[in-house]
Amino acid sequence: MFDFCADPKSLEGFQWLACYLTTGKHMLFYQSFVFVIVLMLITAPIALAVGFAGALASRSHIPPVRWLGVGYTSIVRGVPDIAFFLFMPLALDQGLEWVRHKVKCPDWTDAIRQGNDFVVCAEAKLPLSSSPQWVHEYYSIALGIAAFAFVFGAFAAFVMAGAMNAVPRAQMETAEAYGMTRRQATWRILVPQMWTYALPGLSNLWMILIKATPLLFLLGIEDVVFWARELGGRKTQAFDYPHPDWRLWYFLALLVFYLLLTKLSEIGFARLSRRLARGQATLAGMEGAKA
Amino acid sequence: MKKLMLSTALVLTAGMALAESHSMTVRLGTEGAYPPFNFIDDNGEVAGYERVVGDEICKRANLTCEWVTNDWDSIIPNLVSGNYDVIIAGMSITDERDEVIDFTQNYFPPATSSYIAMSDDIDVKTAVVAAQTGTIQAGHVAESGATLVEFATPDETISALQNGEADAVFADTDYLKPFVDESNGDFMFVSDAVQLGGGIGLGVRESDTELKAKLDEAIASMKADGTLNKWLVEYFGEEAQTYE
Repeated sequence: MFDFCADPKSLEGFQWLACYLTTGKHMLFYQSFVFVIVLMLITAPIALAVGFAGALASRSHIPPVRWLGVGYTSIVRGVPDIAFFLFMPLALDQGLEWVRHKVKCPDWTDAIRQGNDFVVCAEAKLPLSSSPQWVHEYYSIALGIAAFAFVFGAFAAFVMAGAMNAVPRAQMETAEAYGMTRRQATWRILVPQMWTYALPGLSNLWMILIKATPLLFLLGIEDVVFWARELGGRKTQAFDYPHPDWRLWYFLALLVFYLLLTKLSEIGFARLSRRLARGQATLAGMEGAKA
Repeated sequence: MKKLMLSTALVLTAGMALAESHSMTVRLGTEGAYPPFNFIDDNGEVAGYERVVGDEICKRANLTCEWVTNDWDSIIPNLVSGNYDVIIAGMSITDERDEVIDFTQNYFPPATSSYIAMSDDIDVKTAVVAAQTGTIQAGHVAESGATLVEFATPDETISALQNGEADAVFADTDYLKPFVDESNGDFMFVSDAVQLGGGIGLGVRESDTELKAKLDEAIASMKADGTLNKWLVEYFGEEAQTYE
């Protein structure tokens, strides 16, 4: 980074720190913060969409669709996040490979499960073993996002189903009186009005999602926790910048990062909820009108 | 849109051509937390004895290799499920592991494990001893009658000793030596070194017999021409054990 960093072991004081904090490894650490934020920005809309579909499904008049919606929310809400988080990517990965195997290698005669190994033909591997490393990394990140979306989608579905029930019945009756079909009433009356009721629950979920991102570490993805532990650990002379156990400081930095992130989110949600409450026949909406 | 599709198609075909031109891509899984065997250096790259050995094996076996890091405690399950193809992580060859995966011949001779402590009056048969989870050292401590405390990473075992959470650490002598040398006398070797395991080998899936044969051949040739001995001395010092 800087010119004077050429011989790290001869440095002292501020110069040492400046060089230390700009090593390639630290750059990866800084990138991982951006990565966490980007990951949440991708996951949140997917989870919201899944949740919305789940909420609509659990209110459906067609019994199998309703069972699916209700079953999904109750199963996911009843199983610890961590268990689901370890199960989902593995199940998804093996499931996809199994399907690809059946399609691409119909003549394969060997068993797929050989003792401990899960063996599919080389063309069915996901990603292909000839793919470069970044493909493997993005693939496992995608699996992580799918797991997040699946788990948080169930909670979002529950929140949104509740919000839909909170829309005053009189609103729907008026829609029916105007001759709207059930479908029209849902999309034109119910959905636009439910957001103000859903927002507190959804903002809560967003906070939980922020705090759940270190779970990625469990999937072997190199996130902020991975780098904090890696950088903080005691370093011997084998490294350019030997230092004692500094994990405390690195984890402290994580703590500050997450606090900042949740604080910023709180401010954002407060604004959004003021906006959505405007003109609503709720206490918040009335207060907005007075001001 | 058409342009986008066209460029995507180009990238895809280029990617396929690239994949075909390489002999075979093998992904090497390591822990990246066990200096001087393997660690992540200040540039964020895998480094250490196993890095140079692994790269040379791939060169001799005509394989294209990529390095992947994985936590120690899930390193065998993730090999089996196909996240990578080879374990190269200071893993000693033991019968127990051999039931789940296959090992090549060793590329690091059978070595000793040692105890370190902060005072020399520690009795390692009764003390609280820290070791890394799922290592042969942890197994040895459990059988020795001492109280075993396990940690996910080797680094945490050293921290436990420093904090007083454990009275001693039991690990590969070669891993512990730099800590003792650089501690200004805080850490010291106690009790006798113990010979454990059948050396360190590459771990492969039991179904990958072809790959195993290639790797074995490369290791044998590196033993024969003295390449391994050169690096053993370079990374583990003059008194390191070498191949005859």
